[in-house]
Amino acid sequence: MRYMLLIYGNENAMGSAPPEAVTKMSAAYSIYTQAMKDAGAFLAGDRLQPTRLATSVRTAGGKPNVIDGPYADTKEQLAGFYMIEAPDLDAAISWASRCPGAERGTIEVRPVWELQAG
Amino acid sequence: MRDLAEAAARAAAEKAARQSYGKLVAYLAAGTRDVAGAEDALAEAFAEALRRWPKAGIPDRPEAWLLAVARRRGIDAARRRATASAGQAHLELLAEEAEADMHGHHIPDERLRLMFVCAHPAIDPAVRAPLMLQTVFGLNAAAIARAFLVPPATMSQRLVRAKGRIRDAGIPFHVPEQNDFGDRLDTVLEAIYAAYSTGWADPAGTDAQRRDLAEEAIWLGRVAVALMPGEAEALGLLALMLHAESRNRARRDASGDFVPLADQDCGLWDISMIDEAEQILTRAGQSGTIGRFQIEAAIQSAHAARRLTGETDWPAIRQFYEMLAVLSPSPVVDINRAAALAETGNALAALDLLDSLAGDPKLAGYQPYFAARAAVLEKLGRSADAGEAYTRAIALEQDPALRRFLDRRRDRLTV
Repeated sequence: MRYMLLIYGNENAMGSAPPEAVTKMSAAYSIYTQAMKDAGAFLAGDRLQPTRLATSVRTAGGKPNVIDGPYADTKEQLAGFYMIEAPDLDAAISWASRCPGAERGTIEVRPVWELQAG
Repeated sequence: MRDLAEAAARAAAEKAARQSYGKLVAYLAAGTRDVAGAEDALAEAFAEALRRWPKAGIPDRPEAWLLAVARRRGIDAARRRATASAGQAHLELLAEEAEADMHGHHIPDERLRLMFVCAHPAIDPAVRAPLMLQTVFGLNAAAIARAFLVPPATMSQRLVRAKGRIRDAGIPFHVPEQNDFGDRLDTVLEAIYAAYSTGWADPAGTDAQRRDLAEEAIWLGRVAVALMPGEAEALGLLALMLHAESRNRARRDASGDFVPLADQDCGLWDISMIDEAEQILTRAGQSGTIGRFQIEAAIQSAHAARRLTGETDWPAIRQFYEMLAVLSPSPVVDINRAAALAETGNALAALDLLDSLAGDPKLAGYQPYFAARAAVLEKLGRSADAGEAYTRAIALEQDPALRRFLDRRRDRLTV
């Protein structure tokens, strides 16, 4: 099954972290990503720019309504994601619990809605 | 003649349903993770059995027959849905069917695995035990709702949602490693006990389904102990159920009337069952970890000691309930603690404790609360109040034998 790991964290805290901490975190993420690739679990994944660069779009009566800012103001923000292949939820939870971001933030595990085969 | 054949077929199908429902659901769902699908397929297989068996006769192995038909239904349903994941499950099912056709005599027992699925941390805690009662023990949503003091519609909705989650979130069917048990073992044991209690609430054995439930719960308790011999609470639960079961014959007199534990004839207790319970409880005690079921078993053990000493050790029982109130607090524990307080000369404290529970909306329809209250008020000489409480208890009780018992208690009050 494919699962999406959504990494939520406090981006203000991340933004104001000392450089050593940032280096350490980056190193932890590259090891983690490599482990996923070695295990054949990695499908995609990236870090996102902070929500101050977010734009939210809705259409009302066919017209786009564009607002600067994230969809929802929350204490923790979506900071990145992984798309993984895992045999079951326990395997996905196991990957999520090893994610460096799980220590300070929250990893939401969501199964992918698979399209009908035919 | 036709009516007779039909009645026999119906009885055979119902017997097979009771005896193998959970086993078949667990086995079917283990391959597909689709619990609701397994239940639907099985329901169709039972309906098919009721149509076919009166004409063709009851097959030699009804369980295997039901499994084969349910599987075919499951495959049909998978074809109809034809989603990518269901397609995969379909292939697995076909492979399994071929395998089962080759040596289709043994149906492995996956019930404990199903129970651990139901107890998975990704399932809403409030629905874990009800889910097990429905899928493993075949109880209907209405009966489960009653046992958990929840409205039936709410319970049905929760059960449906949880089954969707097992299938769609990909919760795996396996028994976790011992150090990954977490709360899951507690939930599994709690559900086994709830099944036992539901069965035990029908002492006359008039309702065959419920009678089987108690036996099945004890059997699953044995499976749990065999699979996890080091788990003190699994041992505690088995000891608790065996103690309760040992008194099965003493709970009603010759005319079918309720006999309270304190008045039971010890000669009617099943001594070999008590001995087994005591040995198991001793084994649990050697582990050095204490838990709810061990304490509850110890309470039953104290009651059982009356057969040797001639009297009930209420101070010990009170102490055990006080431990329980700390370790695993619940209104039901407090009601029993109040009864033990009253038996040890503290009727006023008992009434205070019961009064403190009065605001709990869950207890408004709970017969034992009002019966306990009535008994305490009776001890305090407050006959009029006791009479009122008995009346309320009688109105809430469905079992005629218990109603008669409460009626007599009310009548003996000196107003």
